[in-house]
Amino acid sequence: MLTIEKLEKRYRTGDRALNGVSFTVDRGQVVGLIGPSGAGKSTLIRCINRLVEPTAGKVLLNGTDLTTLNGTALRKMRRRIGMIFQEYALVERLTVMENVLSGRLGYVPFWRSFFRRFPAADVEKAFALLDRVGLSDHVDKRADALSGGQRQRVGIARALEQDPELLLVDEPTASLDPKTSRQIMRLICEVCRERSLPAIINIHDVTLAQMFVDRIVGLQAGQVVFDGPPDALDEKALTAIYGEEDWHAMRKEKEDEARDDEEAAAFEQAREERMAGLV
Amino acid sequence: MTGVAAAPRQWRRPPVLIQSRLWRWIIYGGALIYFLAAFGTLEINWQRVYEGLDRGARFAQGFLLPDFVTRANDIWRGMVESVTMTVCSTIVGVLISIPIGLGAARNLAPAPVYLLCRSIIAVSRAFQEIVIAILFVAMFGFGPFAGFLTLSFATIGFLSKLLADDIEEIDESQAEATRATGATWWQIVNYGIQPQVMPRLVGLSLYRLDINFRESAVIGIVGAGGIGATLNTSMQRYDYNTAGAILILIIILVMLAEYGSSHIRKWVQ
Repeated sequence: MLTIEKLEKRYRTGDRALNGVSFTVDRGQVVGLIGPSGAGKSTLIRCINRLVEPTAGKVLLNGTDLTTLNGTALRKMRRRIGMIFQEYALVERLTVMENVLSGRLGYVPFWRSFFRRFPAADVEKAFALLDRVGLSDHVDKRADALSGGQRQRVGIARALEQDPELLLVDEPTASLDPKTSRQIMRLICEVCRERSLPAIINIHDVTLAQMFVDRIVGLQAGQVVFDGPPDALDEKALTAIYGEEDWHAMRKEKEDEARDDEEAAAFEQAREERMAGLV
Repeated sequence: MTGVAAAPRQWRRPPVLIQSRLWRWIIYGGALIYFLAAFGTLEINWQRVYEGLDRGARFAQGFLLPDFVTRANDIWRGMVESVTMTVCSTIVGVLISIPIGLGAARNLAPAPVYLLCRSIIAVSRAFQEIVIAILFVAMFGFGPFAGFLTLSFATIGFLSKLLADDIEEIDESQAEATRATGATWWQIVNYGIQPQVMPRLVGLSLYRLDINFRESAVIGIVGAGGIGATLNTSMQRYDYNTAGAILILIIILVMLAEYGSSHIRKWVQ
């Protein structure tokens, strides 16, 4: 269980990125964090694993206050929190397997990671995870040889390789096409349910969030302005989060877009087949 | 009434550096006048140029008739010395450069380490190889040991700086992701940074190997051993045929190194 209490972050420039954010995430709950650009979504999840230092407030993960840890204790805490990134953030020149195994870095001594001699159990787990995300044919490929969706699957496997107690997900679909976005969101939510893993997912795409998550938290200028189930996110709530806009029209557009996506995907597939014929 | 259509609007690219037309004329005009005046003060003694042509012709003749045989022993010894100096100093230089380069990257090292490493680099880069060679020859005597030290020292300045600059320009998100797994500092360097800078490090090391070989020919002239010493001796004896042979060998070796390293660089990419 994750509890965030009055979390504040003020940057040195004086910008208040977070202004007293409090909420609790239960075991196995997937929370979608929405809000306009600059609302502090990225800062919030980075304050949890301390890639960004919070100015004030508390973050409790299964009873431990994460904001007071330092040195080795901080590293040992980080290895319990898996993170999935916007542009995948894979190490491009390493193989898929090395990327997944890098999830164990917090658990193994330097010499083991340096010579790539990870314990057999870790390697076994990595194979199992690559099976789970559907990449068992790409184990020894370099990460930069994969497509966007495949890379994000490697990112998911890397995060799960850590045996995390919490998953932080930063805009997992921002650089993916609509169909792949849905597949990735579905995969993330499925694995969270399988392991009853709590997760916080930053996401721009409101419709996509409503489709998959259990709960939505809306952030505006560093404050929580909405917290409830996806169905409760009505036009009034959207206006509170993002400001005035014709939300009804947006939803309708979304439906059209979904239809376009199907056509685009069919086109894409045809193109890929043509390309496959070339090589 | 038709005025708008009749007068075509004009556009000119705004001046890049100096906005004011007057100052532009003064500065560019001044630079031109200075150049002409400076050129006028050069005293060119055409007599000497003419006499030199004669000597140059003899030199060129020596080049056309390179003599590899008479001094084969000296040439061979000089070449072996140069290559040994080059390889040893490059390896030692690269090994020392890596920790210094890591320390000189702002995004990796704390401020005191950063400043220390950057000042080591600054000192190493401040002096040209010949100056360092004169110093080391004075300290350790004539011979290839002074040359080896010179080239190692110069390699450190070159390689650590370029490595540090490269580390500062990496894709930070890969290092951040590695940090988020709970990795230690060394593990972050090994996983989040090394794969990103490795091809460039290999390329730069090979490039430095080239440079070190060429420099080894130069620093021999001030007494730091190698093929440069042999070349210097033959020149002083007006033995242009041997000098020509040495120059040809240097050219061949440099070209081989260039060709080989470009292949290896392509392969590590």
